[in-house]
Amino acid sequence: MKVLMFGWEFPPHISGGLGTACYGLTKGLAGLKNIDVLFVVPKMFGDEDQSIIKLKGANTVPVSKTQIEFEGTQKKMETIEIKSDIVPYLSEEDFWELKKKRFPAKTRFIQTDNGFKINFSGKYGDGLIEEIKNYALVAELIATENTFDVIHSHDWLTYPAGIAAKNKTGKPLIIHVHATEFDRSGGNINPVVYSIEREGMEMADKIIAVSNLTRNTIIEKYYIPPEKIEIVYNAVDSSPRKHNLNFRKNENEKIVTFLGRITMQKGPEYFVEAAYLVLKKMENVRFVMAGSGDKMTTMIKRVAELGIADKFHFTGFLKEDAVAEMFRLSDVCVMPSVSEPFGIVPLEAMQAGVPVIISNQSGVSEILDHAIKIDFWDTYAMADSIYGLLKYPSMSKHLKKAGKIEAGKMKWDNSAQQVSKIYRDVLIKSNVKV
Amino acid sequence: MKSIALFFQVHQPFRYRRYRFFDIGNDHYYYDDYANETILRKVAETSYLPANELLLKLAGELEGKFKVAFSVTGTALDQFQLYAPEVIESFQQLAKTGCVEFLSETYSHSLSALKDKTIFEQEVKQHEQKIFELFGQKPKVFRNTEMIYSDEIGDCVAKMGYKAMLTEGARHVLGWKSPNFLYVNAANPRLKVFMRNYKLSDDISFRFSNSNWSEYPLTAEKFIGWLTQLNRKEEVVNLFLNYESLGGRQPKESGIFNFFEHLARGIVKHPELKFATPAEVLAEVQPVSVISVPHPISWADEERDLTAWLGNEMQKEAFEKLYEMSPRMGRCTDEELRKDWNYLQVSDHFYYMSTKLFSSGEVHSYFNPFESPYEAFLNYMNVLSDFQIRLNSMFPKNEQEQEIAALHKIINEKDEKITKLEKQLTRLQKPRTRKKTTKKKK
Repeated sequence: MKVLMFGWEFPPHISGGLGTACYGLTKGLAGLKNIDVLFVVPKMFGDEDQSIIKLKGANTVPVSKTQIEFEGTQKKMETIEIKSDIVPYLSEEDFWELKKKRFPAKTRFIQTDNGFKINFSGKYGDGLIEEIKNYALVAELIATENTFDVIHSHDWLTYPAGIAAKNKTGKPLIIHVHATEFDRSGGNINPVVYSIEREGMEMADKIIAVSNLTRNTIIEKYYIPPEKIEIVYNAVDSSPRKHNLNFRKNENEKIVTFLGRITMQKGPEYFVEAAYLVLKKMENVRFVMAGSGDKMTTMIKRVAELGIADKFHFTGFLKEDAVAEMFRLSDVCVMPSVSEPFGIVPLEAMQAGVPVIISNQSGVSEILDHAIKIDFWDTYAMADSIYGLLKYPSMSKHLKKAGKIEAGKMKWDNSAQQVSKIYRDVLIKSNVKV
Repeated sequence: MKSIALFFQVHQPFRYRRYRFFDIGNDHYYYDDYANETILRKVAETSYLPANELLLKLAGELEGKFKVAFSVTGTALDQFQLYAPEVIESFQQLAKTGCVEFLSETYSHSLSALKDKTIFEQEVKQHEQKIFELFGQKPKVFRNTEMIYSDEIGDCVAKMGYKAMLTEGARHVLGWKSPNFLYVNAANPRLKVFMRNYKLSDDISFRFSNSNWSEYPLTAEKFIGWLTQLNRKEEVVNLFLNYESLGGRQPKESGIFNFFEHLARGIVKHPELKFATPAEVLAEVQPVSVISVPHPISWADEERDLTAWLGNEMQKEAFEKLYEMSPRMGRCTDEELRKDWNYLQVSDHFYYMSTKLFSSGEVHSYFNPFESPYEAFLNYMNVLSDFQIRLNSMFPKNEQEQEIAALHKIINEKDEKITKLEKQLTRLQKPRTRKKTTKKKK
């Protein structure tokens, strides 16, 4: 069975939650014997050109074809990169780094974090929609030139591409919802994005949601029949992260970490308030907010206002090895997300042996037993849990051990297996139809 | 003739309110009065009261041939007195029929037997006293919290003057032996041991209304049939149920009360079966052999061990920290502290912290007011921390604390003195101003 997959960012240029999920799942699928993946991504960084093929057609879109080999599997996966004018980036830092390189004037940079939040009011304008349409056109060409059995699209930017491929070939389309406009915007819905999402969902033969939370959003906000939506939970890559940076940690001091973008969706303000409550009662503890985002200055102001700036630190965006180092230093990791379709960070923390506190408003809370769960707005409960984890050693000890085991069980191979079953079901169903 | 010894456990824990760490040292009230009252009123109305009424009717109509034993914890009795005194009255009426025997146990349904003999004895004595005050009986048979039993605990109980003890007829302890005989303790043969027949007991308390069960529906005739099919030589069948099974876990609509009434009448009518209180069994039945239980057993889960209460690190830490205080509590006479100390020991708190919840969830979650064991642990430890502070101020642990306690005492005394003097001052000032005004008028 061959899958035409429309993805987004891809290593070596590592990305946020969606990129990680996309990569993990594809790697898992590549490990399965009967599945071949043809991976299509918008060309990102321009430093891996090997054999550029020009596709004939309406657009003279340069496309690069490479083969990617996964560790541990013998198969090679074909990857097609489309030289699109969309350049995804993850953080402010990434953005500046990219800006330093040369890009054509019309290149659009899109912040992709977990969810491609796009500000249409600004200079991007409708041009982005045009780009997405162009991307869909190329997708159509790729679809005609290759053979495959199913189409798999990840999140809304690639839905039009998926739809185009489906219309051209009549092959079944599966869309994978990692986040919806409701998660990204916090209720301030962009109608264009919403309509693209909804069209994708309606055209799809099957929808994969990353959690029950997301599934419910799709049913309630997009009016999709429940039987069309399957849940496949994300997982965590078990490759051990190396950390060479050797910060020495003060043994008598505890560190509580918030790791993620500092945006409304992630609920950073609740973490600050909880920190204030804990610091009223405890001396030897520091709070760290690792990440960047549009709410960062507000948070810094609030911290100063509360008078806890000597115990509350901001690190800015952390690169992968720094993240591993941060986990090593942390005694507790908190994810107070207001709306989180899944949330991979807690799984990574657990794998690194850090006890986690997560909000009930996250998809990952549906599958975790060995995590402390609170409502994101309940700063008293959050503070109480932090205090307890630092003060009563047995709970932290238990969570470290049990959490590591639990996170270890969440393998991409399992998710991939579920996805391949969905492929099979869809194929059987469409054959019957024909 | 086979004796059927019927036992009911009546227990209610005092549930704690959400006690956050901000409250430590500031607020010494730990209880969720609303939850305690509503839960107790509900259980009383759906289960305890109608069940007592039924038993009272049976005791009267069956002319004293219906017998039953109760194991009522001190914390349950305390709650009845607070929220449902009519339940105590109905138990008192039952006690008057002479068909009812009360068992002894730890006052607060605690795990003290596993840790501290002095505390254990104190608790048992306190419970015995309460039973005597309310029902005028001095218990002869002992039932430990959650049926926890070992040779050592049995020996300890025997030394306190009890003639027999009841425990779980755990398969790994009995082996090929049958629970339907009387046994003796391995360390102290003077103590007789009743073994609970868990299969027949659970058929009523857990499986009765389960329509997926192969024996569903369970009728009184079927159950009596099972009793008569047992080996003729077997002498006593110990049925030990949670009293809430009648009307609570098995709701009234399932027909549990009708079943029970028919069962009782059927057993009394049957030529080979009869009811007997534990004391009667002791008088009539001879023990057949020694039962050796070197490691403590309980009636919980498949394993019948202690892991439901002391299985993970959190439970162990909480347990250790609690009983660290026992030597000082031994000297404490403060009524409030003693009451809180009793309720801190209730085994349910440890049960809520069990991480087995995730695997054998159903039974555990049925009784659990917390959403996760972690929440339960946090709450308990916060309460315990506050309790430690209070105890420390009364019985300081070391010199520094002693000094702090002394200073606190002085501050409090001075505070009192100041308020007293202030009052005096205002009292003295009032008439003076009046005098002045009168003077001016003149």
